[in-house]
Amino acid sequence: MSERLLRRFYFFLVGLFLAAPLVVVAGVSVNEKQDLAFPPKGFSLAWYGQIFTNPEWRLALIHSVTLAVCSAAIAVAIALPLSWFLWRRIAPWANIFQVLGLAPFILPPVITALGFLTFWATVGLFGQFFTAIISHAIFFVTLPLVTLSLGFASIDRSLVEAASTMGADDRTVLKTVVLPLILPYLVSGYAFAFVLSLNEYIVAYMTIGFTTETLPIKIFNALRYGYTPTMASVSVFFVAIAALVFGLIAKFGDIRRLLGAMSSDAN
Amino acid sequence: MRREPPRTLADYTPLAFPALMLIVFFVIPFSTMIAVSFFQRNPAGFYTPDFVFDNYARFLSLFFAKVLGFSLMLAVLVAVCCIAIAFPFTYLLTRQSRKMQTVWLVCLLSVLSLSEVIIGFAWQTLFSRTAGITNLLVAMGLMTEAKALTPGFGAVLTGMVYQALPYTILVLYPALVRLDPTLLEAARTLGASPVRAFLNVVLPALRNTIVATLIMVFVFALGSYLLPQMLGRPQHWTLSVLITDQAIYQSNMPFAAAMAVFLVLISLALVGLTLMLGRRENAG
Repeated sequence: MSERLLRRFYFFLVGLFLAAPLVVVAGVSVNEKQDLAFPPKGFSLAWYGQIFTNPEWRLALIHSVTLAVCSAAIAVAIALPLSWFLWRRIAPWANIFQVLGLAPFILPPVITALGFLTFWATVGLFGQFFTAIISHAIFFVTLPLVTLSLGFASIDRSLVEAASTMGADDRTVLKTVVLPLILPYLVSGYAFAFVLSLNEYIVAYMTIGFTTETLPIKIFNALRYGYTPTMASVSVFFVAIAALVFGLIAKFGDIRRLLGAMSSDAN
Repeated sequence: MRREPPRTLADYTPLAFPALMLIVFFVIPFSTMIAVSFFQRNPAGFYTPDFVFDNYARFLSLFFAKVLGFSLMLAVLVAVCCIAIAFPFTYLLTRQSRKMQTVWLVCLLSVLSLSEVIIGFAWQTLFSRTAGITNLLVAMGLMTEAKALTPGFGAVLTGMVYQALPYTILVLYPALVRLDPTLLEAARTLGASPVRAFLNVVLPALRNTIVATLIMVFVFALGSYLLPQMLGRPQHWTLSVLITDQAIYQSNMPFAAAMAVFLVLISLALVGLTLMLGRRENAG
């Protein structure tokens, strides 16, 4: 019994550590006046309204969402044909592209960010909004690449075999068998890239930080000029989006499998 | 459908777009950065093409040695703290029900995806005088007066452990969840207590996983670019902060690039080591 109690206590401590800063931020975000006070003085949701009504915050929100929607789409567009090719063909040298896709995510982010900064500065496009979209797409291509590789590995090859013996050509097999089977992995890959792009700071800052503000950049810049509870409400808003997206993935997919609970034995 | 080698040029078409994007927007930028690290600084613009080792020669200063030493020390400390907390936690988590695991994984992913800006801001608030944790201690009578705990080394370390902990748990999770349960059963039937079985069976069986995770978290912590700046004083700045500072505020791109190349070499060496360890574990 004491063992169980100890375990509960340990879970509680880790949970408290993870939740504490967010609880305080959530508390701060409902202050009635422009205070940094916890427990909050008064109660007001006005700071949440600010995200959408204050022109500066709204613009930052629009930038962030545009960036995340587009870059995640490009990331998936890169990852899907690549992982399909690697699954369909025997071409060991093509694995180099998989490594290239994983590299930006494994290296310290500052390095990737600086690589983009020097590149865009050299080609003379520094500061254009689309450069951030491409940079994020490359930076986060790892996520759809990993989920899609898992997805392809989970496909029962005899199913595909059956389709092709019955006369389906490559294109038909892809459309009627393969794509429906990997759709959940595609969606979760997109969702991962979307959430992370929304939160990303350094790559966005080094590509478009001087001309455009995304929400994380806006929070950082605003912090320098003092404090407003809007930062807290944006933070809570972001946590809520992340929890919602990952919660949906967990509900409609198998998040344990995505995170490696079962080995991808089809390899 | 069997896997077949590509025969005609048309078979390669799916590869065209990904290959093009990754080469143009990753390989070329990366090479550009390496090239720039040998260039000269141009205060008026970004840089002047050249081939000099000046930027690397600047490493040989006491200031740089201090920053490097501090960065490595901080990253090691973060990695050790994270493993110490995460390993028992992940082990216990893998023995919970599927539903419980899923809930925890969703929470961990949500924290992991948080922007460093938000993590920094949240801990600044938690450690502040007006809204911070010390108010709680005052209310409980443990302290006489609320005070700010940031900036300081403790704040930097706490923030970075917070950032890296979900990452550590998620890296450990696959290895622990696939751990052969019969190993533990055997230990228990032979009379070992749960704690003893954990210490004498689980821990040694996953020795290489632990070392590999330690290195991965170390590299992850080495990449933290905002927390030391937001929660610490200038003497707590790490190599990543310095790179950002040189690239953006001092507009010395060549020096920043040289430091970045140096950081890549450290990270690559460590990632290579991790892969080797992983291979040995699979073979043995």
